Amino acid sequence: MTDATADALRDLPARPAPTVRVRGYWGSVWNRLRYDYVTLFCLALILVIIGLAIFAPWVAPMDPYKSSMAHRLKPIGYRNYLLGTDEQGRDMLSRLLYGGRVSLTMGILPVGLATIIGGLFGVVAGYFGGAVNMVIMRTMDIFFAFPSVLLAVAISGSLGGGITNQLLTLTVVLIPPLCRVAETATSQVRNMDFVDAARSTGASTASILFTHVLINVMSPVLVYASTLVSVSIILASGLSFLGLGVSPPTADWGLMLSTLRQSIYVQPLVSAIPGIAILITSIAFNLVSDGLRQAMDVRA
Amino acid sequence: MWLYAARRIVLTIPILLGVTIICFALVQIAPGDPIQNLLSPTASAADAARLRAAYGLDQPLPVQYFIWLGKVMVGDLGMSIANNTPVTGEVLHAFMNTIVIALISVVLAFVISMIFGIIAAYRSGKLVDKAITAIAVFGISVPPFWLGVIVVIIFAVNLSWLPATGMGASGSENFSYFRWADFKFAIMPIIALALPPLGIMTRTTRSSVAEILNQDFVQTLRAKGLSEAQVIIHAVRNIMPQAVAMLGLQLGYLIGGSVLVETVFTWPGTGYLLNKAVLTRDIPLLQGTILVLATAFVLINLVVDLAQSMIDPRLKRS
Repeated sequence: MTDATADALRDLPARPAPTVRVRGYWGSVWNRLRYDYVTLFCLALILVIIGLAIFAPWVAPMDPYKSSMAHRLKPIGYRNYLLGTDEQGRDMLSRLLYGGRVSLTMGILPVGLATIIGGLFGVVAGYFGGAVNMVIMRTMDIFFAFPSVLLAVAISGSLGGGITNQLLTLTVVLIPPLCRVAETATSQVRNMDFVDAARSTGASTASILFTHVLINVMSPVLVYASTLVSVSIILASGLSFLGLGVSPPTADWGLMLSTLRQSIYVQPLVSAIPGIAILITSIAFNLVSDGLRQAMDVRA
Repeated sequence: MWLYAARRIVLTIPILLGVTIICFALVQIAPGDPIQNLLSPTASAADAARLRAAYGLDQPLPVQYFIWLGKVMVGDLGMSIANNTPVTGEVLHAFMNTIVIALISVVLAFVISMIFGIIAAYRSGKLVDKAITAIAVFGISVPPFWLGVIVVIIFAVNLSWLPATGMGASGSENFSYFRWADFKFAIMPIIALALPPLGIMTRTTRSSVAEILNQDFVQTLRAKGLSEAQVIIHAVRNIMPQAVAMLGLQLGYLIGGSVLVETVFTWPGTGYLLNKAVLTRDIPLLQGTILVLATAFVLINLVVDLAQSMIDPRLKRS
């Protein structure tokens, strides 16, 4: 080594450190999302809707269960009933706010549970391959033989109504698609060089799965799960509409639609309101998941 | 080709067996004694015992399954509790009503979505694209049964152009899709059924056409002087395999997913039958309908796969 290079090497640390901030993966995702106003707006809308549902007891102007025979099926803006009244004279706005609690729970909770369970099965199937893969994925294939609505009605119809059965049904319906997405992503990742490198350094299977595979499988699975929230809300409202959800006095968007259906000749606008709530929530979730897909650069 | 078809058909058999296992399990997960679920509430204890022996319910579960499967194979889906009629006849009759409107809806949605998707991909980012995307997002996000209610409010309540529900005064007996007075009853169910697949297929078509238009060969086509119309034909030919797959999948979803829309319009199809089964807790009817619909879904997927491999021979090799 010449003196010149030795000098140069000695000089190196003395140079000013680069000031460019290196963003992590999530940093760059956020950077892209920041300028996507449609997604941000929808995200804010979802937070507002969730907030309204959580704080319904404080926000709701009236008791959602107090019926009044004298004020049945009043139009929008009647006295202090901002959105009118339903077929039993209960305040629509209050019922809508309370109904959001059940409907949003049925949109988010089953997707969360199915992501964990389906994702786990998918990662295991994708990573280990072979017989494990065959058993898990062929079982899932059987569930794919049912259109989702049909599977939901089949399970829910046999189990009977009720909120627990609805939750169980939706989770079972959502597991197979999430499992398939996780399996595809995992089997792509597991053959990548960095996984081989980790294996060759002697990393255990568990540590490879958690530190290398899971992180890379997460974004496609999360993006896909986010598209399922709207599917789950619509499925749940459909089950409630068929009488396979919560039982009558409880406020729930699907059930409200179902009971108000008899009143479309009297108050068409009021009867349509619960559907508008479902529609807005579901559009917001769909657009957010579109935005996430773009920001995370996940292909459909 | 024939080898591929044979392989694909053989692979369908385990799936169909799986479907029968799930349908068999439906009776098992229903709360209460399966025999009570199969019996009308007025049946006596002697009836229960006789039925238990007839169904072999004293046997272990796997044996019960094969007894049941044997009956299904010869077309015996049991008796409906509510009407005490064979489930098979009821389901097949309803299935015809469902498949016709599902087919019309899916073809309608397919044609419109192809046009929309191609226009949106061509005018990417322009106002037309945004309008079409908005329609597509609406179609995906709208609960189909609510859409049904809205369509009733508009066309039946406000405009009174179309009858709100049912299958017409002449009933479903001599209903004809070619008679306007009868067909009027099918219009609103078709609209409500068509919109969700329209949304999904528009999005898919838009992204596949956009992808094709970005490929080098499209530039070559333009460079050699083809008109835009001819370029479109090339692009459409390239997305045909995907388009057929999407058409088949959506048809399957409509056949299985028409429960809610048919309930709204009291259209006497399988969906309405399912709703009836759920309301009266008629488990044999529920089980039979689900089995027929799921089998139809599997067979549609099989036909689609075969059609796809005929259109695009590259798929056979994978």
